[in-house]
Amino acid sequence: MSATHAPSSTARRSPLAWLQWNLPKLVVAPSFALTLFFVYGFVIWTGYMSLSKSRMLPNYEWAGLEQYSKLWRMTPWHVAIENLLIFGGLFIVIAIVLGCLMAILLDQKIRAEGVLRTIYLYPMAISFIVTGTAWKWILNPSLGLQKLIQDLGWTSFEFNWLVDRDMAVYTLVIAAVWQGTGFVMALFLAALRGVDQEIIKAAYLDGASTWKIYTGIILPSIRPVFLSATVILAHMAVKSFDLVVALTGGGPGYHSTLPANFMYEMTFRRNQIGIGAASAMMMLATVMAIMIPYLYSELREKKRD
Amino acid sequence: MSKKANLFLNGAGALLLSAALSAPAAAAPEVEVLHYWTSGGEAKAVTALKQDYEAAGGKWIDAPVAGGGGDAQAAVLRSRVLAGDPPAAVQIKGPNIQEWAAAGALANLNELAAKESWDSLLPPLLQEIVKYEGNYVAVPVNIHRVDWIWANPEVLAKVGAGVPTTWDEFNETADKLMAAGITPLAHGGQAWQDATIFETVVLGIGGIEFYNKALVQLDEDALTSDTMKAVFDQMRKMRGYVDPGFPGRDWNLATAMVMRGEAAMQIMGDWAKGEFVAAGKEPGKDFICAPTPSDKGYILNSDSFALFSVTGDDKSEGQQLFASLILGESFQETFNLFKGSIPARLGVPQDNFDSCAIRSMDDLDAAIENDSLVGSMAHEIAQAGSVRGAFLDVVTEHFNSDMSSEEAVEQLAEAIELAK
Repeated sequence: MSATHAPSSTARRSPLAWLQWNLPKLVVAPSFALTLFFVYGFVIWTGYMSLSKSRMLPNYEWAGLEQYSKLWRMTPWHVAIENLLIFGGLFIVIAIVLGCLMAILLDQKIRAEGVLRTIYLYPMAISFIVTGTAWKWILNPSLGLQKLIQDLGWTSFEFNWLVDRDMAVYTLVIAAVWQGTGFVMALFLAALRGVDQEIIKAAYLDGASTWKIYTGIILPSIRPVFLSATVILAHMAVKSFDLVVALTGGGPGYHSTLPANFMYEMTFRRNQIGIGAASAMMMLATVMAIMIPYLYSELREKKRD
Repeated sequence: MSKKANLFLNGAGALLLSAALSAPAAAAPEVEVLHYWTSGGEAKAVTALKQDYEAAGGKWIDAPVAGGGGDAQAAVLRSRVLAGDPPAAVQIKGPNIQEWAAAGALANLNELAAKESWDSLLPPLLQEIVKYEGNYVAVPVNIHRVDWIWANPEVLAKVGAGVPTTWDEFNETADKLMAAGITPLAHGGQAWQDATIFETVVLGIGGIEFYNKALVQLDEDALTSDTMKAVFDQMRKMRGYVDPGFPGRDWNLATAMVMRGEAAMQIMGDWAKGEFVAAGKEPGKDFICAPTPSDKGYILNSDSFALFSVTGDDKSEGQQLFASLILGESFQETFNLFKGSIPARLGVPQDNFDSCAIRSMDDLDAAIENDSLVGSMAHEIAQAGSVRGAFLDVVTEHFNSDMSSEEAVEQLAEAIELAK
């Protein structure tokens, strides 16, 4: 009974104050509960599925690490992992280098900067399905770029990566870079605008070259943006699914599948929910391996502030 | 049990019975049909069935799920079953029927089957597919033959050849065509198309018994045998007979190549016939259909509807009506004329069918007699999702690389082992 009496003094003081104090919590509570259940709840459920004997329907019989050992013996899974390393690595590096370069060039107080910025940022507004389909047509040897250039007279020109089993994964990089670079550019542009102009002016007065100013002062001072860009692009790469579906369909054979496509194929097409769940957990582990050090360093920095 | 209690139970039973009997009088038989026949001739055929069903006094609830050759539908079905509200009839084929039956989700149709004597109407292999532990749980709609060669006679005549009847002759003809600058084999580089060729080669080179051992029973000795190596050797040859633009091509574009005379032959199931017919070509004159070389083999593919356990008399009555109509002679004829396949029930009059379909019906009868009827692996009759997928992975990988036949059989055995 004391519980009902104790807060009554506060309530008498002012129900409004109580509401003001608790309103944020009340507003956030439903979405918090939903997230807890639908994200973390299902992560745990998937984890359990990966340790069960599930095939066509979920089956709660315990199987230990059997699904994981099967998973790592499958050639298509190894191909998917290798593709993720190639695709993720190149996508992140190229998008950051190009994005940074474009941001620096746009930052030279040029005319019509707003228009250019919008043009470069626009691909980000398009879904990966559209990007994939458009690039599928451009890269198709018999109706896209190769045909165009051959029709223009350079008949020996060849660009058939899309149908080449060893090169198909690089077409994913092309399309993803096209889509992601504008976004990275916007990140860097914002950071460049935030650099203290006084320091740069001082460096000019001291006779430093433009190159020196960029490599010695500006780029190091926007270092956190490199980190954020890497993390954002990395998890985009791990999650990539629709791009593969639209651009290559995983082919030729299964040579351009990524882990997410492998997971979908196993779970929904081949009645192997257990193996699908195991591959999903491996993907989660990959994302966590990127995110946890990042979050850790972020939080530590905040504490230091 | 005392007499009094017994009497009471009887009374209650009679009450319940009368309640149960009076209920369906109010509600018409009803069936919810989950299917992925949403385009072309298939959609027309479903509409025909719907009209028949409604004419017979039933209420039809259409639940089409377009896309992905049934992938999208499979996801819908799984969630409906897990939620305890399955549709009455679902388009499922092959061993997937067995998996759903093993999960205890399917209804029992034995009563209806006995009344309409399905045992004498359906080919034995098809009965195996639609029965689970001896009970009918599904109804077949049609039979597609997979092991067809679709040939352009004019192109073959250019090198003085006919449609080959042995694989050696096939290679000889193909070499001649190559020398004449003609693409021998129209093919699309998609995993299921590679597997379609693969299974016809297995049937032709290995024979019926080997086909059953390797592709149906998954016998490891058969999978790693010299015969299987010979099959992969032939696949390597076939790879040489396709044009460079084949990766990712859809099967109907490959059919069009044969039609236009850019290629001589295509190996594909009888849905290819629809493309020829739609372009106004006549079987026997503008194109030839002939079985791929084998010892009177017949690779069967069949669509079917599995009937899920539903509650309520109106629903189960509707389900029976549905099953009965599907196997009825009139639907079997109308539907299969639209779809290009042949009826699943034997003894349907041949008058309205074209020469390819009649050939297919006659060969089917012969194959049943010879015991040389086999289920398709590439089209999910002999094997369900995971094992079929393992076959597709290895066959495609071999077809699209320079993998040796020895390595291919090793990888095949390993992949099958993991998928089992």
